[in-house]
Amino acid sequence: MKVRAQIGKVLNLDKCIGCHTCSVTCKNVWTTRDGVEYAWFNNVETKPGTGYPTDWENQKRWNGGWVRTAGGKLQPRQGAKWRILANIFANPNMPEIDDYYEPFDFDYDHLKSAPDMQAFPTARPRSKITGERIEKIEKGPNWEEILGGEFAKRSQDYNFDKVQKDIYGEYENTFMMYLPRLCEHCLNPTCSASCPSGAIYKREEDGIVLIDQEKCRGWRMCISGCPYKKVYYNWDTGKSEKCTFCYPRIESGQPTVCSETCVGRIRYLGVILYDADRIAEAASADRETDLYGAQLDVFLDPNDPEVIAAARRDGIPEDWIEAAKVSPVWKMAMDWKVAFPLHPEYRTLPMVWYIPPLSPIQNAAQAGQIAMSDQMPDVRSLRIPVKYLANMLTAGDEEPIVHALERMSAMRLYMRALSVEGVRDEAIAARVGMSGRVIEDMYKIMAIADYEDRFAIPTAHREQHEEAAEIRGGCGFTDGNGCSTGETGRTSLFGGKKKKFALPQETF
Amino acid sequence: MNSFFFGIYPYIALSVMVIGSIARYERDPFTWKTSSSQLLRRRQLIIGSVLFHVGVLVIFFGHLVGLLTPIVVFDALGISHGAKQLLAVVAGGIAGIMALIGGAMLLHRRWVDPRIRKTSSLADIAILILLLAQLVLGLGTIFVSLQHLDGHEMTKFMAWAQMIFTFRAGAAEQIADVAPIFKLHIVLGLTIFLVFPFTRLVHIASGFFAPLRYLFLRSGYQLVRSRRRRPLEERRRSAEPRAAGARAATIPHGTAGGAVPSAAE
Repeated sequence: MKVRAQIGKVLNLDKCIGCHTCSVTCKNVWTTRDGVEYAWFNNVETKPGTGYPTDWENQKRWNGGWVRTAGGKLQPRQGAKWRILANIFANPNMPEIDDYYEPFDFDYDHLKSAPDMQAFPTARPRSKITGERIEKIEKGPNWEEILGGEFAKRSQDYNFDKVQKDIYGEYENTFMMYLPRLCEHCLNPTCSASCPSGAIYKREEDGIVLIDQEKCRGWRMCISGCPYKKVYYNWDTGKSEKCTFCYPRIESGQPTVCSETCVGRIRYLGVILYDADRIAEAASADRETDLYGAQLDVFLDPNDPEVIAAARRDGIPEDWIEAAKVSPVWKMAMDWKVAFPLHPEYRTLPMVWYIPPLSPIQNAAQAGQIAMSDQMPDVRSLRIPVKYLANMLTAGDEEPIVHALERMSAMRLYMRALSVEGVRDEAIAARVGMSGRVIEDMYKIMAIADYEDRFAIPTAHREQHEEAAEIRGGCGFTDGNGCSTGETGRTSLFGGKKKKFALPQETF
Repeated sequence: MNSFFFGIYPYIALSVMVIGSIARYERDPFTWKTSSSQLLRRRQLIIGSVLFHVGVLVIFFGHLVGLLTPIVVFDALGISHGAKQLLAVVAGGIAGIMALIGGAMLLHRRWVDPRIRKTSSLADIAILILLLAQLVLGLGTIFVSLQHLDGHEMTKFMAWAQMIFTFRAGAAEQIADVAPIFKLHIVLGLTIFLVFPFTRLVHIASGFFAPLRYLFLRSGYQLVRSRRRRPLEERRRSAEPRAAGARAATIPHGTAGGAVPSAAE
């Protein structure tokens, strides 16, 4: 057993209202720079839809993630090491910027500088790459917002696999949900495995996956390696960039920007202890539907004395062990089994998990009554097909999803009985294998979702990393290049931007 | 003039290349990159880039082996000078044409496509033109070579290159009387060495080293970095409970390897 800790994350899709506050705050903090205007470390997709970049879930097309070879070993779907190197001159699996969208801005200046005209002046779009006029914007980062676009295109959605999708194109049967996406900070990341330079690494202390900007050479294999398409090539600096999990915030015990600003309070952060020795075994599970369960087996129970002893031995700080015990992520993923990994079949063992959304009962509108099974609403008759959710979260295995949805609807029934009738109906809890006390805890964390219940983030232990005396007078937080300004651009001796003379100067 | 360009200039060019590259790698590692433009436009890049790179690599190693292998080695192997020159002309010619076609596609794309043009620096365009000019000159030397197939001219260049690399005087005289096109080709080649550290050409160095590290030095696929100053093995050792005078239990160790410490005293 090799115990490591990671700040895991859960997104409760049942409560996501699709407001995009996460995306916008993330963008404002991290990607309002040249070269990454098109990149959204966090984006929110409307499902069913093909997403951003278009069709990202279709690994037959992009070859992201891993495959299990006939011999039972894992290799990146885009090929083993030699195959990746063979593609180094031109990567056939990499999306073009048009698969995301061509970044644009509007000609706002024209609104005030336009001469006297017959027609009202308009602000027309211009490309952020070339500066040229774009006649028609063909795509944006959220092009399918609230089911935008025709069903024929949106239904290319990979999650419709084995779903009779035609009826969902009809107005009466249509359904939708939001899917906020960010880097999964996987236990078995294909981006880092694909990097010939060794620039991408996972941090031992908190599991955050980062790209060393000074070691990245722009070979672009990570972009095709990542099945979630969450590594972005900065076309200005020529380096790859990705979600940093706001590590400067996490290190100081604060939630990531997207979590902090989430209006719907759907985002949870907490410590998960895992066994690094079991990663390879779990990721190479035989059947794809086994992968969800295999990943659960990698996680270690922070209340188990044996695990605690092993964690101490491996240098996990005491407060991290304590935080793991109260981790909301642990509760939702392991205790209640309501959270699931996104596309476990990619075999990356992702660490950002999702609670599937409940949806209105489909038949109720038609029959005038709610389909009940065993005095519970039948979750299989929900508007969002269970198979669709299963394709997204459990590689197609419906049972765990049904189980979770039943627990969530039981929570509603139980809490309704409690608050309306003042009755603690243990029978409801018992039907989904829980107790009233657990359901009330579940309600507190998932429905009320107070700040301190959503985030249990221990601070980083800097005393384990650095000697305070040694960093005195250092250059603090920089963006690459040690103590240089981190400015990137076009013209210095070595291709970097010339540093401007910083002090005001006068000439006499 | 001859002794400057072929006796002194090589040392200037190579020195600037080596020292400049070290300085850039050391001072500005963030700028060390391939500057790929594949994201912005895929069209023409896939075929163009593969043709260009494969061609150039064949030419590079052809020159390296052809120029720097002592002539006695070829003699010992029984390869006549004429045969060696024929090999160089044929292999170099094919690779050169591949690289020229690929390079032309890349230059066309860089020049004409507004996305690539706007995001190109002067150096990006200049170095590509320089390389294409060098390819044209190199292919041009074939016509001169075909006029004397005995391989005698070629041995002059080998002697020159080997004398340069072994710091012997009189290298420039070796090629004093060769055709001007050869001289131009050499001067331009040396100039490319000279500008190497100031352009995106630095990615060539990474292109040689990164795959070696990736294939042979990284045992698995994954990389985990620890910021903790004490490595895992040491942390485990000190956490190991030990009774007075008793042997410490065997430390279980992970896949990362590392020595299992022997019994503590």
